[in-house]
Amino acid sequence: MVNSKDSLIPCLGIVTDIRVDTPDVKTFRVVASDGRKPFDHMPGQCAMLSIPGVGEAIFSITSSPTNTAYMEFSIKKCGCLTEWLHMIEVGQMITVRGPYGRPFPVDSAFLGKDLLFIAGGIGLAPLRSVINYCRHYRKRYGSIDIVYGARTPSDLVDYQEIVEEWSKDDGIRIHLTVDREAPEWTGHVGFVPDYVKSLHFDTNKTAVICGPPIMIKYTLQGLCELGFDKKQVYTTMELRMKCGIGKCGRCNIGSKYVCKDGPVFRCDELEELPDEY
Amino acid sequence: MYKTAKEKLPAVLDAISRYFSLYLPVDYEDGAVFEAYSYGKTLSSKVNTVKSPKEYFFPQTETLVNFKVDGKSLSIIDPRRESEDFVIFGMRACDVKSLAILDRVFLSDPIDTYYENRRRHGIIVSMACSKPAATCFCTTFGIDPSEPDGDAILYLDKDTLYLNIKTEKGAKLLTPLQGIIVDCEQNEVDTQKNLIRERLKKLPLSSLQTTTFSSGKTDDFFSSEVWETLSDTCLGCGSCTYVCPTCHCYDIKDFKTADGIRRFRCWDSCMFSDFTQMSHGNPRTKQSERFRQRFMHKLVYYPTNHDGIFSCVGCGRCLKSCPINMNIVKVMKALGGEGNGKQ
Ligand code: SF4
Ligand code: FES
Repeated sequence: MVNSKDSLIPCLGIVTDIRVDTPDVKTFRVVASDGRKPFDHMPGQCAMLSIPGVGEAIFSITSSPTNTAYMEFSIKKCGCLTEWLHMIEVGQMITVRGPYGRPFPVDSAFLGKDLLFIAGGIGLAPLRSVINYCRHYRKRYGSIDIVYGARTPSDLVDYQEIVEEWSKDDGIRIHLTVDREAPEWTGHVGFVPDYVKSLHFDTNKTAVICGPPIMIKYTLQGLCELGFDKKQVYTTMELRMKCGIGKCGRCNIGSKYVCKDGPVFRCDELEELPDEY
Repeated sequence: MYKTAKEKLPAVLDAISRYFSLYLPVDYEDGAVFEAYSYGKTLSSKVNTVKSPKEYFFPQTETLVNFKVDGKSLSIIDPRRESEDFVIFGMRACDVKSLAILDRVFLSDPIDTYYENRRRHGIIVSMACSKPAATCFCTTFGIDPSEPDGDAILYLDKDTLYLNIKTEKGAKLLTPLQGIIVDCEQNEVDTQKNLIRERLKKLPLSSLQTTTFSSGKTDDFFSSEVWETLSDTCLGCGSCTYVCPTCHCYDIKDFKTADGIRRFRCWDSCMFSDFTQMSHGNPRTKQSERFRQRFMHKLVYYPTNHDGIFSCVGCGRCLKSCPINMNIVKVMKALGGEGNGKQ
């Protein structure tokens, strides 16, 4: 029994690279203590990271499963643990456990579909995993549209990767927007939900929305106005979590546990949950 | 079935304690509590103990893992040790049933090894309730206190102690009890069982019903107006959660020790205002929402996920411990589970 694993006992991870993405987002590259990727995952799944003594919290895994060398987490500074994470240096050991939750249906419902990814701010973190997965298995999917917005140009996470890699792929169209005019910005200006509506996407697409709750709400409304069915739209949910395995009760909404039944939900499934998220 | 004279109870306890760590309910001025046996302690006959014995399987606090920190480097120390067999003596039918409810949470994939270890080693001697209390409503949830689950069942009548060994684990008691108990017929406890069943029918809460709470009723109850009224004076103290044998919410926290860091878990309550607090908001800001969560979970959400089994065993502890005199019986009645109950 002492040798049997328990989900609550993490494994050690080493931070091998820290990239500054925006004024309040950093991307951490993590490997296990043997130098390898800590564990396998699917796009949309999460992991618990901790700095012992500070705390543990759940983060979406932003690297694609097709990256077999390491894992990446894009983390916004917004609380005690994330403040600490933003202060650590390369070489710091942390703990990591997972993967947790239900992934995007990349190997089922998404197959052969034209995909529309819509992200706001740090909401790109979980989408980056699925976008890079779909880019890797490009032939399995139809066209890919990515709408991404942030408050200011400097708040766009992964900007370099978007411009230098994603936008060069065949059949991928990128639509960037920022909330307000900015001096060096020549692209679109306006909120994501409005921008999505103005783009008049074909309603045969399968859409994924990720971002702040209010943005998800209005974007979903917009898509429905364009004629999308809620069954075609996926999103991810964020709630406070402790165990990640459906036992501590923390993330319980209705008869679902976001940590294991989510974080990915199809929008028609969300409708069946009581309205408290 | 085995029996001995009732006055042999101290000898029975003493014999078991020579082989196993033994825990039993003991009377104190402000109520009975489960605690470790030592010579001379006697078995309480109270229904029920203030706190449930779930803590022998799911302790109020326990270490999950220890860390050693050395500059940027870190090591993990696994604190888990194989438990030894231990005996919980005199558990009531409701409390035994609560373990089956917790099992569905902690023993489902991925298994909680901390809990599983104790469950595998805990020998449960249940005790039939010859005098159920006025606050008991276990029968509402289909529990039969005349024939509790457990590895062995204890029956006490005026002068005799009966022990019905039900499982292999329970049979481990036969060695220590050799020479103290003797064989007898199963039907020797029939009179007591019938008496208990008669008494149960007369309990004030015996007509409380669960029929309105079948699974999948989220919408019907969630938007009900009763939550505001019922929770109006709720203090959010969490007493109900801490005495509840089926509540299983926990928190995980780190604590700096002299030579490292201890990560422990402790009981938590969905009644607490910060339970769902995140750095960017809280989905349940009002006490009425937290109150609703607790009872919806017991009466609707848990049954939806677990074949219609409710996450309440009718032990009546919350009826006695809530400072504002709120409890699940009142909630059930307000939501239509009234029956002919009097309270
Ligand atoms: S119902 Fe009673 S015991 Fe439970 S939190 Fe409210 S005041 Fe406390
Ligand atoms: S985080 Fe513990 S139940 Fe979901």
